[in-house]
Amino acid sequence: MKIVLEGRVIWKGHVEGEALTTRQPISFYGGVDPGTGKIIEKGHELEGVSISDKILVFPYGKGSTVGSYILLRLKKHGLAPRAIINQRCEPIIAVGAIIAEIPCVDLIDVSRISTGDIVRIHGSRVEVWRRIPGL
Amino acid sequence: MTRLEERMLAGEYGYAAQKAMEILVALGKIYGAERMIEIRSAQISGVSYSNLGEEGLEFLLKLAEDGCVRVPTTLNPCGMDLEEWREMGIPEDFAEKQLRVIEAYRRLGVEPTLTCTPYLAGNMPEFGDHVAWSESSAVIYINSVIGARTNREGGPSALAAAITGRTPLYGLHLDDARRPTIIVRAPSIGGELDASALGYHVGRILVGGVPLFTGLGAISRDQLKALGAGLASSGGIALFHVEGVTPEAQRYSREHVEDVIEVTENDLRNEIEMLGEEFDEPDLIFVGCPHASIEELTEIYLLLSGRSVSRRFWIFASRAVRAQAERIGLLAKLEELGVRVYCDTCPVVAPLKRLGFKNVLTNSMKAAYYLRNLHEVRVQLKPLRRLVEDAVR
Repeated sequence: MKIVLEGRVIWKGHVEGEALTTRQPISFYGGVDPGTGKIIEKGHELEGVSISDKILVFPYGKGSTVGSYILLRLKKHGLAPRAIINQRCEPIIAVGAIIAEIPCVDLIDVSRISTGDIVRIHGSRVEVWRRIPGL
Repeated sequence: MTRLEERMLAGEYGYAAQKAMEILVALGKIYGAERMIEIRSAQISGVSYSNLGEEGLEFLLKLAEDGCVRVPTTLNPCGMDLEEWREMGIPEDFAEKQLRVIEAYRRLGVEPTLTCTPYLAGNMPEFGDHVAWSESSAVIYINSVIGARTNREGGPSALAAAITGRTPLYGLHLDDARRPTIIVRAPSIGGELDASALGYHVGRILVGGVPLFTGLGAISRDQLKALGAGLASSGGIALFHVEGVTPEAQRYSREHVEDVIEVTENDLRNEIEMLGEEFDEPDLIFVGCPHASIEELTEIYLLLSGRSVSRRFWIFASRAVRAQAERIGLLAKLEELGVRVYCDTCPVVAPLKRLGFKNVLTNSMKAAYYLRNLHEVRVQLKPLRRLVEDAVR
C-alpha cells in the first residue's frame, strides 16, 4: 500500500529508509545521547531506542536551542537520523537539520506514518509504503 | 528577498553567508515572515564547549574560514574567567577546549565580551532598533526595558543573523506580538530576590504572552533585570511591560488583555521557599545572575561596611563592569574584604560540580533553577542583605 504526502522542505534531500515514529515531541538537548544516538529522555515512549539511520517522524522539537548542535554532533558521529519528518518544525530542529544537512520535511500529517513503514523523500514529496503482513 | 540576500543564499558570498541565509530563510518560512530586516547588533549564546562538542567547534571554525559578522556582535559567558581560571580551580583540559571555542568566535569577528548583560558592556541598542539576540535574560531586558526588538533567538540563529546582518521579520519585531496580553497586579517589591521571585512566579503561571505589571511602584534597573531573568527562566517570556516605567507600557491599547491576575507577597515567599533549600553552611555565596552591575557592586560594599567575609564570596560581572569598579577604586576595596569579582563566566555555565561545590547561597531564582537542574547542587535563596550577613558571620 502506498500513500503520497506533500509537505514543506526545511532541508532538501532525496532519501529512502525505515520510519521510526513517535507521537511525542523530542528534545535533542538532554533527550538524545550524542554518543550513541539513543533517546534517553526518562519516560519517553522511545526511551532506549536508537534514532540512527531512521526516517525519524515526530510532531515537533522541544527544549533548549542547544539541541541544534546535538543534531550536528550525531551527524558527525554517523549516528544521525537519515531524515526528519515533522508535523510542524520549530527552530531547534530546523536549524539543526540545516547545519547538519539532514533532509527535513514538515507540514506532514505524521499520524499517517507508522514505525516500520518504508519512506521515500523527494524534496517536499513523501512516499510511504506500508508492509502488509503475509504479502 | 533583496538581490544581496538572494546572492548570499546562492553562495556568492561564500559558505558561511550561504549557510546563515539558509537558516534564516527556513525560520522565515516557518513563521511566515514576509521579508528580512536589517539588524543593528547581535548577542550570541552557545559558548560552552560541553554543549558544542568538537563537532560544534568544527562548524564554527568552518564558518570562520570565509565568514565574518556584519554588525557589532557580543558573546555570552563561557565556563571560566579567562584570566583567573587557575585561581577558580578550573581543570586544565576544560580551559584548553574553552579557549578554542572563544578563538573560533574571535575569528568570526565576534567580540568576546562573555557576558549575559551586554547592555552593560557596550552593546546597547536604542528604542525601536531591530536586533537578533540570544540569552533569554538579555532578550527580555532589551525588549522590555529598552524597547529594542528581538525574538528569542538560539545560538545558531543569532550567529546566522550576525553573519548576514539581517533576520526574518516576524514575532516581536512587529507591534502585534508586543501588546500586553495579561495584567499582573503585583505587590511592591523590596529587592532583587523579590523581583526575581515575582518574575519566576508569573512565568510559571503564564503560557507565553506579554505581562503588564501594575502596582510595582519605583523599580530599579537591577530589579528590572532580575524580574526579566525570572520570567524568562520559568516561562520563556521575552517581553514584559511595567506601568509608569518601561517605554512601551502605554503604547498599546489593552484590548488584547485576556486576564488579570493578582500576586501577593505571600506568593513570592512561597516561590522562594519552594525553589530554595535549607542548610547552615554554604560553601559558596555568590551574586551576579544575571551579571552584576556597578550599582550592585557598590551596594555589596556598603552592606559589608568594612567587615571581611569569612567564607567564599564571589561576584560575577562583565569585564566592563569590573573595569569600572577598578577605576573608581571599588574593586580594590572589595578585594581587601575578601570578595572576589570574576568575569567571563557564571555559576550556571562553569563546571560547578567539578569545582567541588555542594551548597550554594545566592539571591537569584534563575541561578537556583538552573543550578538545581543542571548541576545537582543544593541552593539556598536569601535577599542580598542577609546574604552579606551570612558571608561575614
